[in-house]
Amino acid sequence: MNTATAALARTDIERRSWREIAWTSLVTALMAFFLINVAGVIASVAVSSFATRWLGTWLPAGFTTRWYASAWDEFQLGDVLTVTLRVVFIVVAISILIGVPAAYALARREFPGKRGAMLLFLLPLMVPPITYGIPLATVLYRLRLGGTESGVILANLVPAVPFVILVMTPFIEQIDVRLEQAARVFGAGTFRVFVHILVPLLAPGILAAGLLVLVRTIALFELTFLTAGPDSQTLVVALYYSVFAAGVRATQSVDAMAVTYMVTTLVWLLIAMRFVNPTQLVTRVKEAPRN
Amino acid sequence: MTAGSLHDSGFDRTVLLIVPGVLFVLLLFIYPFAYGLFLSFTTTNGGIWANYARFFAEPRFFSTIGITFWIALPATLVNLALAIPMAFKLRRPTSAQRIVTTMLVVPITLGTVLVAEGLLNYLGPQGWFNRLLVDMHLIASPVRLTHNYWGVLLSLVITGFPFAFLLTLSYITGIDPVLAQAASTLGAGPARQFLHIYFPLLAPGLAITFCLAFVQAFSVFPSAVLLGAPAGPTRVISIAAYQAAFEDYDYAMASAVAMIMGLAQLAVVVAVLGLRGFFYRGPAGGAKG
Amino acid sequence: MVLRKGDFHQPRGGGFGELKLDAISRRFGGLFALDGLSLTIKHGEFIALLGPSGCGKSTALNCLAGLLPLTSGSIWLDDRRIDTMRPEERGFGMIFQNYALFPHMNVRKNVGFGLAMRRMPKDEIRRRVDDAIGLVQLEAHAEKLPGQLSGGQQQRVAIARAIVIEPPVVLMDEPLSNLDAKLRLEMRSEIKRIHHELGRATVYVTHDQEEALSLADRVVVMKDGVAQQIGSPEALYNRPANLDVALFMGYRNVLEGRVDRVDGERVSFQCGALALTGAPQGRIDPGAATAVIRPDEIEIGDGPNRVEGRAETVEYCGRDYLVDFVTDAGARLHARSTERINPGERVCWHVPAERVLVYSVG
Repeated sequence: MNTATAALARTDIERRSWREIAWTSLVTALMAFFLINVAGVIASVAVSSFATRWLGTWLPAGFTTRWYASAWDEFQLGDVLTVTLRVVFIVVAISILIGVPAAYALARREFPGKRGAMLLFLLPLMVPPITYGIPLATVLYRLRLGGTESGVILANLVPAVPFVILVMTPFIEQIDVRLEQAARVFGAGTFRVFVHILVPLLAPGILAAGLLVLVRTIALFELTFLTAGPDSQTLVVALYYSVFAAGVRATQSVDAMAVTYMVTTLVWLLIAMRFVNPTQLVTRVKEAPRN
Repeated sequence: MTAGSLHDSGFDRTVLLIVPGVLFVLLLFIYPFAYGLFLSFTTTNGGIWANYARFFAEPRFFSTIGITFWIALPATLVNLALAIPMAFKLRRPTSAQRIVTTMLVVPITLGTVLVAEGLLNYLGPQGWFNRLLVDMHLIASPVRLTHNYWGVLLSLVITGFPFAFLLTLSYITGIDPVLAQAASTLGAGPARQFLHIYFPLLAPGLAITFCLAFVQAFSVFPSAVLLGAPAGPTRVISIAAYQAAFEDYDYAMASAVAMIMGLAQLAVVVAVLGLRGFFYRGPAGGAKG
Repeated sequence: MVLRKGDFHQPRGGGFGELKLDAISRRFGGLFALDGLSLTIKHGEFIALLGPSGCGKSTALNCLAGLLPLTSGSIWLDDRRIDTMRPEERGFGMIFQNYALFPHMNVRKNVGFGLAMRRMPKDEIRRRVDDAIGLVQLEAHAEKLPGQLSGGQQQRVAIARAIVIEPPVVLMDEPLSNLDAKLRLEMRSEIKRIHHELGRATVYVTHDQEEALSLADRVVVMKDGVAQQIGSPEALYNRPANLDVALFMGYRNVLEGRVDRVDGERVSFQCGALALTGAPQGRIDPGAATAVIRPDEIEIGDGPNRVEGRAETVEYCGRDYLVDFVTDAGARLHARSTERINPGERVCWHVPAERVLVYSVG
């Protein structure tokens, strides 16, 4: 490729007019302001969770870890975490089992109704969860799945399956179809093509898609909120309820729970970032397949 | 992308792989939506439009549309207004771009509930934000930013701006930088490069970004409850739907509200995408034959 | 200095005396992409920068355009220093390898973009754009978008867009490399014709030596950021300055051996059992040396530097045959022959001593 273009990425003609400097400073300042405030929000929650008492001063009077223990008991965090991880992993597993084959069919075949299918998979990602969550919750309750863990899993699968399809389809398209054809020419049947060619090539994509679904599902509030019962809440829903009733409980223990939630999501985000570009949480979904 | 051209039976079966996915979406997305639509037309008394009529008759319901627009539209405009210049500044693959995009993924990952909870602390009268403003003598006494409109707006900016930024960035980086180079050799400085090259090529992507960001903001729920004043000034339409379903147990009404919510979002999307038709919509590369 | 309306009314050909590159260098990472290139380009001259990928030719062009800053050295247009100017201030026309046509503008608007940036009056723009489109023979396509044009047509739009602003220098970055062979030849003639008509100084980057030789007044052969030879096409073709240039210029037969005796304008060169008389290029002492010979200068029959051998492979090339043969001494040589030779046939070849170029090594 043109080395000059790559070089341009690193440097620019050195002379800058004062107007450009002012503009750059403004944009940088705004971005820094945003990031600092976000950091402040996170930090204030974390600090509060370790505070003995915190009223009217910059920093709390003293520090303690007892809120974590009390939050653990009060909110039954052990159970909630178990439920959350169980729900999330099942959602990841099922969405991959359904989504990857569908993505393969979309990537490799032209067939009548293909555009309709692609639109169908796009819809649950474009319509916000609460809009379809209410009718979905109604149906689940009618089926007596409302308030159960299975209901929560089904609800969370609705955006997860299309997300896997949308992440995997361009990934599969990039794998040269001639590799599979070559394998067949050399005598491999469908099953062996699958095991020896496809699975190894798909593995990184599946891992990426799985991690992204995981991170998204842990943070997804509305669907679980509408379909969960008292013992099928995920961490984010339990957090919501505890903030909602915060007048009754000490804010520090709520904050301890919030920190637990933060750590859980960020740990998985960090793991995901090793394997996948984190911006795919957002933008992969919106890239139209290039054809 | 080549379609398979070998015709042994193994290849035809491949299309069947899509069936579970299609069934799944049909059963768990389309069907509930259709069911909800059907349900919204059922009432214990009154005609089939009774729920909808009730929505538009009672101020308690009807006002939610205005309230939600009044929160969602400014939030989306602010998010876009911030995202465009920042994405433009960071359009080249530098380390600054990488660092910023990584950091911006964090608020999205943490989600709306945590941001709402954190803002309750941070923006509260005793929180660091007010404390800093008072100590810097910018204000005399703490500003009220929680349990009102402003808290909700700010939370929408915190969760919405990274989304708008990342989406805009992906569109901007899709524009071949050599076009800007060509424009510069022809006499266009950075401002005119933006005006004549980037903006026209970006406009369709911006329309889509606006639609997605708006739809997301319009369905605000946890922050409106936790950080806002759900009884009055921030009683958004999703709250009305939720209350109808889980407090009044009036599933028909709840479905009607959800349908109206969907329609309002659809109307805005159609309007914006209609405007998009006035701009060039093809590939944004250097147009090699 | 930003170009203003008045700057357009320049005499034909751009009206400058010379464009001087003074030891320009560009470093990036730890490497010198460009290392001390010095060149003076006269008004109206066609210069080709020739070399393999990574030799620095594109870097040099981008530095000239202002798209890359120099690490050291300076560039002067007559007595004005321009390397500190931004690209939009320099006013050079540039044609990019992928044409870089603005996809959302039709041909007219693309071509007129540079004039619009200079805020010319609309009818003046229209007149000039029509002239430029006429010059590249695209009148029928003036309202089309780039996506609707073929590669060759896009190429012409790129050319029109660069020349309509009447720049003192036109910069071309491998403009023909994305075209198929037939179109490439056609466009080459077009470029030559336009250069004759407009007489603007042109700097043309290419890796194709045939293009460089046919288009340029002078050629700069580059390798690893350094200019290896600057000269007319004939000079490069017949008297390459060093081994690298010779290899690039098509001297395919490379014999590594030694020089035994130096006799004024001739040297005795020995490669294994093969003994040749050659012409030294530069200063040569007895010792390790490399000889290069063009395939088309090896002729069948008896003559100086007679070599006998057996033909191995014969390729029919229409006009002649490309013959790979192995000498009795075991060396493998490429030659061209107008007569048909069969593989396995014994043939005897010769090559004039002055066409065996010998370079000292080390």
